[in-house]
Amino acid sequence: MNFDFTEEQVMLRESITRFIQEDYKFDERRRISKSSSGIDKEVWKTFAQLGWLSIPFSENSGGFGGGPVDVSVIMEEFGKGLVLEPYLPTVLLFGGLINSAGNEEQCSDLLPKIIEGDLFGAFAYLERQSRYELTDVMTKVESHSEGFILDGEKVVVLNGLNASKLIVSARTSGDQFDREGISLFLVSADADGVDRVSYQMMDGQMVSNFRFNNVSLGTNSLIGSLGEGSELIERVVREATVAISAEALGIMGELNRKTLEYSKTRKQFGSAIGSFQVLQHRMVDTFMAYEQVKSLLYRAVCGLAEDSDDMECIVHALKALVGKMGKQIFGEAIQIHGGMGITDELDIGHYAKRLMMINTTFGGEDYHQEKFNNLRYDYHSLA
Amino acid sequence: MDTSFSEADLLFRDEVKNFFSSAYDASLQKQFESFNTYKDAVIEWQKRLYKQGWIAPNWPVKYGGTGWSSTQKFIFEDERASAGIREVMPFGLGMVGPVIYTFGNEKQKEHFLPRILKSEDWWCQGYSEPGSGSDLASLKTRAEDDGDHYVVNGSKIWTSFAQYADWIFCLVRTSTEGKKQAGISFLLIDMRTDGIKVNPIISIDNHHSLNEVEFVDVRVPKENLIGEENKGWTYAKSLLAHERTGIAGVADTKRALFNAQELARREINGGKALLENPLFQKRLSDIEIELLALEFTELRVLASVASGGAPGAESSLLKIKGTEMQQAVQEIMMEIAAHYQGVLDTEHSSEVIGHEFGSSARRAYLYGRAATIYGGSNEIQKNVIAKAVLGLE
Repeated sequence: MNFDFTEEQVMLRESITRFIQEDYKFDERRRISKSSSGIDKEVWKTFAQLGWLSIPFSENSGGFGGGPVDVSVIMEEFGKGLVLEPYLPTVLLFGGLINSAGNEEQCSDLLPKIIEGDLFGAFAYLERQSRYELTDVMTKVESHSEGFILDGEKVVVLNGLNASKLIVSARTSGDQFDREGISLFLVSADADGVDRVSYQMMDGQMVSNFRFNNVSLGTNSLIGSLGEGSELIERVVREATVAISAEALGIMGELNRKTLEYSKTRKQFGSAIGSFQVLQHRMVDTFMAYEQVKSLLYRAVCGLAEDSDDMECIVHALKALVGKMGKQIFGEAIQIHGGMGITDELDIGHYAKRLMMINTTFGGEDYHQEKFNNLRYDYHSLA
Repeated sequence: MDTSFSEADLLFRDEVKNFFSSAYDASLQKQFESFNTYKDAVIEWQKRLYKQGWIAPNWPVKYGGTGWSSTQKFIFEDERASAGIREVMPFGLGMVGPVIYTFGNEKQKEHFLPRILKSEDWWCQGYSEPGSGSDLASLKTRAEDDGDHYVVNGSKIWTSFAQYADWIFCLVRTSTEGKKQAGISFLLIDMRTDGIKVNPIISIDNHHSLNEVEFVDVRVPKENLIGEENKGWTYAKSLLAHERTGIAGVADTKRALFNAQELARREINGGKALLENPLFQKRLSDIEIELLALEFTELRVLASVASGGAPGAESSLLKIKGTEMQQAVQEIMMEIAAHYQGVLDTEHSSEVIGHEFGSSARRAYLYGRAATIYGGSNEIQKNVIAKAVLGLE
């Protein structure tokens, strides 16, 4: 057992910390969030130059060959800086699917572009009616001799506005809720018949709804095998859920640190408010919440790295805990900051809003707790 | 003990219901929804209530109150909330009005009270300061004696709707001797006076209702002092302890919870309604069970006030539990809205984006965080109960 980071991981963390402290201060982040694209493409190029976009890809694809620990280091630091640039949608979701299931042509075409920072991608998997259910898919694809025809709608597509390429989950057979019969397709965001509506979320990110009106796709647009997309989706979402939990941990740490600092300087009734026992105990609670999330995150990260067979359960547990503890931590941060906590000016509210969006990404606390319960307490399967 | 309604109460309920359904029409409702027409909507609605004679149910009859029993007041609030109508602006009708009729002189009563009832003046509240939040009595805004005027310097913060206000009622420091509470006076200030500057504060929900109000050498006629100099803290405290109807907001929370339940019936996950989900049911019923109790806690307090009991620390209980329940329902709405809770107000219609209430749920939830902070934070309310009810020093 070893909880130490390698020298390379420590250096990676330090370089991101330095970047955020020097080039991605809160005012800079605010400027980016108010720009029309919601991201800074120069910043993305810098990420490429620093090698961060290559981390999860194998060395023969031109990547760094990193694993879940490296990704979690990046995401935790991005969380601290509330980084808006689309690492999760482009590198982890889009890149992750190409990397794990793309054919040789798809990999050799797309992965170098991602690594160089020349391609923004997105994964379109949610539908209007699907809520959090990954395999509730009504978007349809019909096959014909020269390829496929895609028809349907995807919503709340992360990085939708800036993406030039999409991976779309669609039903090639079966009914709405069937796990079987879902396939993944590579689609150009500007192809004929694709309508895009973009809007901003409270954490600053620009997302899109896509309407696909009988869009023609070539034979090489299929990713993985026909009808076997669910497993690919579940795997990439599981990895991304761990990554986004690391981002959440970074945010929780910042909220706790900033709140503690504020409680030592804000004076009421002649004393720093941090000297009041009621607030001390609540800050102890949020400190413990942070440590618990960190522990379960490490458990999940190591599980992914070792491909352990209880991963499904662990990831549900992690996301449920992140949701619950996140709410507690941002709730206390706002309350202890008092009026200042509910201003747009202070960063506290922005950290809170990102945690809220993380809670809804890949399913909220209750969704994951229910899945956990079903796995753990199903007496039919225990018998 | 009897908690049923009389025949007369039921008739009264019909009368109230009928009035709300005809007076609160669709065009007014629409006006309330846009920030640009919000102020006009508030004033128009309050004028309609005034015309009906129902603008100030809690005021004594001789100043314009309705003379209703506490049951009638309860029915009125319940029907208002059920009709989806918000409460009147509290600053004039609920706050400064009662201070003026209780502690003001005849001239002040004659001038200000009718204008408040007719919504001719928009009032705002100048209590908190940048350095004085929970520790309100430490406030530093000074009012210096200058013959027949005070000269006011300092700043107030978190002032809701100061950008609309004609008048502000302020706690100001007129003495630095003795206990800090003893040097505070209650002053009415015309917002058009030279030297007042209103700086907007954008809140976490991206809206502008809060402000900082700066006073630089603002000259206020002494006739605008309420009661005696240096007694302002007593007046402010009595205001906090006497204006308690609806402080827990039970009627509105009940209505919001009912809405949440209906929406959860329509929200489907994996082919099952959210309302069928045992975890969701637990969240919902946790709130509903406490709300059933809180409704009667509120009625018990109202009944004891009506029979002459002095309301005391019970208002703190209502404030704590009431705001906790409000926030819990706001959280439930976020749960239902799922990822759509993040949608900022946009030029696209909800049909295009896919959810009709995500944006309003977000605003309510985010701004709702303020409820446990304002009006004396819930931590301060707990101190009040610990000291005044439990006798802990």
